Amino acid sequence: MESESAPRRASRRPGGGKGLPLPAAVERFLLQMGRFVHMLGRVFAWTPRPPYDWRQLVRQMVKVGVTSTPVVLLTALFTGMVLALQTFTVLKRFAAESYVGTLVALSMVRELSAVLSSLIVAGRAGSAMGAELGTMRVTEQIDALEVMATDPIHYLVVPRVWATVLMMPLLVALADGVGIFGGYLVSVVLMGANPVSYLNTSFQFMKLNDLMSGLIKAAVFGLLLATIGCQQGFYTTGGAEGVGRSTTSAVVLASIAILAADFFLTKLLF
Amino acid sequence: MADSNPTPIRGSGERPVPDAARARETGEPGAPREARRLRIQLRGLVKSFGPKLVLDHLDLDVADGESMVIVGGSGTGKSVTLKHIIGLLKPDSGSVVVDGVNVDQLDNRAITEFRRRFGMAFQEGALFDSMNVFDNVAFPLRRLSRKSSGEIRQRVDECLEMVRLEGLGARDISELSGGMRRRVGFARAIAHEPEILLFDEPTTGLDPVTTAQIGEVIHDIGERSKTTMVTITHDMQVAFRVAHRIAMLDRGKIIAEAPPEEFKQLPDARVKQFIHGEAEGPLSDQPAEGGAGRRGTGGFGR
Repeated sequence: MESESAPRRASRRPGGGKGLPLPAAVERFLLQMGRFVHMLGRVFAWTPRPPYDWRQLVRQMVKVGVTSTPVVLLTALFTGMVLALQTFTVLKRFAAESYVGTLVALSMVRELSAVLSSLIVAGRAGSAMGAELGTMRVTEQIDALEVMATDPIHYLVVPRVWATVLMMPLLVALADGVGIFGGYLVSVVLMGANPVSYLNTSFQFMKLNDLMSGLIKAAVFGLLLATIGCQQGFYTTGGAEGVGRSTTSAVVLASIAILAADFFLTKLLF
Repeated sequence: MADSNPTPIRGSGERPVPDAARARETGEPGAPREARRLRIQLRGLVKSFGPKLVLDHLDLDVADGESMVIVGGSGTGKSVTLKHIIGLLKPDSGSVVVDGVNVDQLDNRAITEFRRRFGMAFQEGALFDSMNVFDNVAFPLRRLSRKSSGEIRQRVDECLEMVRLEGLGARDISELSGGMRRRVGFARAIAHEPEILLFDEPTTGLDPVTTAQIGEVIHDIGERSKTTMVTITHDMQVAFRVAHRIAMLDRGKIIAEAPPEEFKQLPDARVKQFIHGEAEGPLSDQPAEGGAGRRGTGGFGR
């Protein structure tokens, strides 16, 4: 049995009530959007209220940030390497291979680090949030929190969301550096580019805005993926199968949200 | 048929509680149940999940210091009733009044405060598996009280001793048996010394010996903590052990209510069938997991 405060109330079909029947897909979309906005609103509303659970925040920062670091950096390294490999051969046709560093650095900093790192964290930490909260929902642990006068959003969701928002820019900053290093390795070691010239061109055309936009994107993507992951877990129904569904949805919806938000943020920030 | 008798069969208002228990309730040994303050009043409670009617104008009173046990088959609405009392579910109509407060009308902040007076033990324990036994039991103390860490440690030890799990505070939840998990859940429920204790199916899935032990633990908790208790179960052994009154729920309504000894003697065929666990009888004529539902099918659990 689940509490009214979460899945039960929200899972009623509008078509079964007094409202106009809606196509199932539209209904599902509106339901997800409504839950997302509701959860985000509750996260912001609960954030300034005591008690502040710093231990939980740090624990989540370690879980989201530290444990994701190796896979994020590995992805950034290979992305930078592949980018250098691809652009070097193409730019060589125009005798513009000296701009490989610029292209790799700007691509990583403005776009790729943030998007790829967020997608990886969504698959890793976002899915874990969905599974963890989903399991807590179906085993009545969330009900138990409510019974002990503890708001589950405050206790479970707020630290996860802010831990992700704080850790994503740090992860992306690291990924930026490692991605640029990957491009350097390929260009200088494999392709024989001049190392000094490569580094010069890497940063010559970079503005602070390029760097900041990537970090802002990372924070926004973190907010999206953590809120969606928690939301999917929080509204889990249907036992173990439901937890599986929530975990999958957490990754799929967060990935879509990240890619969609990337477009709008890019339009907004540049 | 079950529906031929819509008025619940009531036993005596007098509870056969021990003198000690009686005395602690009002200070007047032998005080009749009617004379005591009502802590929980459910009036005309109706609850549906989609097309499935689970509670059908349910009425129930629980007096101060009383141990009320609600029995009934699977899917008859026992857990739903319990979750209405603590405000985890809102009724479609009817009211839940606890200590004069209409639970349905409380906003989020008020209901959070309201729940401080409750302790609830869940069906499978609902223990936080990221914490050990000690931290689980200490959780409500850390969240709901201003006790120092020394006081918390002392209270946790007391609670673990009360549920016969002394010295197991460092154990991980994954290392516990089903019965031990339930008892840790009890310890967590009583830790902050609530005024009202709720037990949701405390013996489901346990062997008969463990079931009997759990019954003893709940009985001891009632005697030592002196709180109002509502237990839901389908286990009559536990019901007779811990109840001052037993109410039987069927198709979303209370169909019988009496102190344990009187409950055993009630003439209602449904009560007799349930007590004796007979396969044939008026309860068997109903659809399985039917609750009060006449329009829908399927369970409403998780």
